[in-house]
Amino acid sequence: MIAITTAAHDAATHQLTGPPIDWSSLSPLVALAAGGMVLLLVGLLRSELVRERIVPALAIATFGVTIGLCIWRFDHPASIISGALRIDDLALILDMIFSVAGIATVLLSWRVAAPAESGQGEYFGLLIFSVLGMAVFVSAQNLVTLFLGIELLSVPLYILCASETRREGSLESGLKYLVIGSVGSATLAYGLALIYGATGATDFSAIASALSAGKLLGGVLGDPLLLTGLGLVIVGFAFKASVAPFHQWTPDVYEGAPTPITAFMATATKAAALGVFLRFFDVAAIGAQDKWAPMLAAIATITIIVGNVGALGQSSLKRMLGYSGVAQAGYMLGGVVVGTQLGIQATVLYLVAYLFMNIAGFAVIVAQQQVRPDGDDVAALAGLGARNPWLAWTMTISMLSLAGIPGTVGFIGKFQLIHALVDGNYTWLAIVLVVGSMISLGYYLRVIAAMWMRAAVPAPVPAAAAGGGGGEPAFPPISGGAPEGDPESSFGNGAPGSGPGSAPATPSPIATLRFAHPGVVLVSLVFAGATVFFGIFPSPLFDLASHAGHAISGIF
Amino acid sequence: MTLSILIWLPLAISLVAALLAPRALVGRFVAIGSLVTLGIAISFLVRFKLGHAGLQFVTDKVWISALGIHYKLGLDGLNVALVVLTALLFSASLVWSAFREWERARVFYFFFGLAESAVLGAFCAQDLALFVAFFDLMLIPFYFMVGMWGTGERVRATTKLVIYTLVGSFFMLAAAIATGVLASSQHGTPITFVLSSLRALPLSRDSQEWIFLCFAVAFLVKMPLVPFHGWLADGYKAMPIPVVAVFSGVVAKVAAYGFLRIVLPLFPYASVHFQTLMLLIALVSIFWATAVAFTTSDARMVVAYSSIAQLGFITLGIFSLRPEGGQGALLQMLNHGLVTAAAFFIVAVLAGRAGGSEDLRDMGGIAFRAPVLASLFVIVAFAWLAMPGSPNFIGEFMILLGTFQSKLAIAVIAFAGVIAASYYALRMYITSMHNRAGREVASREIVVPDFAVIAPIVVVILVFAFYPQFGLRRSEATLKTTVAPAQVLAARGPGARAAIGAGGTAYARVGGGGGP
Repeated sequence: MIAITTAAHDAATHQLTGPPIDWSSLSPLVALAAGGMVLLLVGLLRSELVRERIVPALAIATFGVTIGLCIWRFDHPASIISGALRIDDLALILDMIFSVAGIATVLLSWRVAAPAESGQGEYFGLLIFSVLGMAVFVSAQNLVTLFLGIELLSVPLYILCASETRREGSLESGLKYLVIGSVGSATLAYGLALIYGATGATDFSAIASALSAGKLLGGVLGDPLLLTGLGLVIVGFAFKASVAPFHQWTPDVYEGAPTPITAFMATATKAAALGVFLRFFDVAAIGAQDKWAPMLAAIATITIIVGNVGALGQSSLKRMLGYSGVAQAGYMLGGVVVGTQLGIQATVLYLVAYLFMNIAGFAVIVAQQQVRPDGDDVAALAGLGARNPWLAWTMTISMLSLAGIPGTVGFIGKFQLIHALVDGNYTWLAIVLVVGSMISLGYYLRVIAAMWMRAAVPAPVPAAAAGGGGGEPAFPPISGGAPEGDPESSFGNGAPGSGPGSAPATPSPIATLRFAHPGVVLVSLVFAGATVFFGIFPSPLFDLASHAGHAISGIF
Repeated sequence: MTLSILIWLPLAISLVAALLAPRALVGRFVAIGSLVTLGIAISFLVRFKLGHAGLQFVTDKVWISALGIHYKLGLDGLNVALVVLTALLFSASLVWSAFREWERARVFYFFFGLAESAVLGAFCAQDLALFVAFFDLMLIPFYFMVGMWGTGERVRATTKLVIYTLVGSFFMLAAAIATGVLASSQHGTPITFVLSSLRALPLSRDSQEWIFLCFAVAFLVKMPLVPFHGWLADGYKAMPIPVVAVFSGVVAKVAAYGFLRIVLPLFPYASVHFQTLMLLIALVSIFWATAVAFTTSDARMVVAYSSIAQLGFITLGIFSLRPEGGQGALLQMLNHGLVTAAAFFIVAVLAGRAGGSEDLRDMGGIAFRAPVLASLFVIVAFAWLAMPGSPNFIGEFMILLGTFQSKLAIAVIAFAGVIAASYYALRMYITSMHNRAGREVASREIVVPDFAVIAPIVVVILVFAFYPQFGLRRSEATLKTTVAPAQVLAARGPGARAAIGAGGTAYARVGGGGGP
């Protein structure tokens, strides 16, 4: 510990600019921390109005303020707090991605069981703290801050996964994520310690200069301590980014977690993990690129194949998107592997694209789950094109974009990734990416075919509801019903079928609705719109990505 | 009036129709709109200046500056006639559709409009990335049109269609990006995807070879030619008639056009290197497809497989690497587009008179009370089998002329394919229109709406028959510059003889089995 502080102190003495804490650069993080704490306190109030309306609104406001501060600090790169954090354009862009994902999650969480069960203040507060952790994670310039970030982002997510406390699947998902996430964190901590041992520094720039000095690389393979350290760090990050072969938790956790949280994990956590891949490997470890690039390229290949093949047989949409996310992480790793400006830009561009297209898809799943109990099922999408064309269109756009069809942002993202790979002499990885995309058609098209080309199947009547219906054979599937005394039972247009005596104990306290919540539909439309808009006019995204790329070039 | 208007008008019309027009009028609205598009396309044809090899009506805007991708559109001798053909066939199909009822009509016409825009865009694009984008986009509306309005095993058929073609397209995407990146890195210039700039930056031989193969797979799947045709039978069988007419009529042509627009000028070395391979693929396709067309009794499949054979001829012409062959291929693309679309519409008319069956065995005697239908069909059939005096005769003649000059043996063998075409075309005409009447056949004259669709196409076929220069004059200058790099290389390179032995064995095998 003493050694670490001395190293940090050394770094601080090298840094001659600015006071120890540059509050304006730190402001996005401060906003998140303050917002989270206020939310926790406000959530304690007894008023229903405050808990159900004001708390989510405050959460959105916090994210909005954070985005505003990010825009304000844009183009003002600064290393702050004795070089522990670096708030540059890459970090700020990623912070904005997290915040946008956060806003979408808040909107998707209305009328979902999770916040009602675990407390509104806690649910949204944890969400904000997780975003704060991600912001620290991707801004970290120091091994210690890095570890702080990963823990701060993970612990709230473990809880959020289990926040639907009355559903077994949710609890299981939280526990699974906790156990496997802890293994990942422990591996990472060990790897960080070994790197510190090999280089004698915790600061990224100090590590980078030690590596590029080359004196550590003895023998044929190089310093075994460093190599093991790098390997363990890759494994630790790979757990977070759900990169194969460390992805096994992904489909289970995604399936069990409340869908808005799944959407958040799929987009924001993935962005954080890949952002830190960029930060760590393309900045701190760039001197040893010839050592880690083949390792990462091999992992990316495995990830692309495993993710795409795994998704083929899935009948649950969330599991399918989980596997698809594994494959997409493999694509994005390609941008890290090449270790060039172009690679960084391509990864950042793809992260933004991935945010748009994935949230659009998840919003449709949330909407489906509000309307029918089997909403997560691919088969339940049958006939959606006729039933609800708007949702069907957004899901179609999301799937086409994930598959990389022109006219969507996914095409632009893949284009730039292949460009970076060919440019960085990794043409074979570009071919792997292309082959992966071909396999992915198998499952993306299945979803589209279900929506537009298959006749609708009726939603199954929940077993409990059928029993409580007094033997009525044609019991309406929308019955649902809520336990007495729950505040939601008087809410909105829910539970038209729950008459006196037919209030069954369904697993979810929220009744299935006749129509999806307009907020959810709005989210899906906005993000699908963005998917198409940036697919046709991608220049703003390229500008953004080039800012991120230049942020890192300033260091090496 | 820029090309952008021409390209995006169909999509705009169908969007407006889908959102605003009353349900009953959507079809008519879109059909009339497509006639406007056709008018604009013809206006470009009229204003097209002859004798220029370069691009005309150029629109050039930066689309993605970071990648050097331009939104560049332009017409030259290669695509001006194909653009008009596209507009014509889409109008015909939309008029045909407008007289019929479609479930979820708004969505149907939206996809039709999107398809027309994408096809026109692919023909006009003068930037490699833009071409790839339009080429892939083109597929999406057809995926939905087959899957939602098709018949029989429609979902399976459409999934197969899309996966086959997108697999090719993804290879092409990687190859296209590699073309831009490698051209810029090998010459030390900033990255660009504009075709005219890429022509000035030839790639090294090794790069050309694998890139050529990726492009070839994409185009051969789309046409399709023989080893890549697995999707065709199911796909064509499931497509609604107006969809199959445009798909076979123009979408398949985009692939053949891609060879002329992109592959020959950009990868001349690889084109010469793989010339024999491509010619053999074309040859095998001609004979294999002809053999299947002989044996099948399904009228729609006869037309479908004959189109594989025709695309085989077109590929033959392109890879003769001679201006004559290229000219013939281009002319044949137009002819085949017209003939195959007309033939598909006629199949639908025939099926309507044979109790809904498209089986030739259920037809027969349909000409009895339908002299106008019979005359239309006979003109189409004669053009189809490349009767001397028909435009197809001139097209195939020029293709074979070009092939004779480059690979004599292959031309000799391919000649047998021309003769074989007359068998299946005439067989289809005779068994459906003459012979003993089928059990459920009710001979009726063609109705006015169907006549209004088929007759204009037949008129255009006749115009081409009497005045083939109409198509040839515009393309001559451009084709010479297109084929020139490869032609020069081919003339220089030895080893042309090596192909003859392989070609000879192919003749003994395929020609012997498929002869009448």
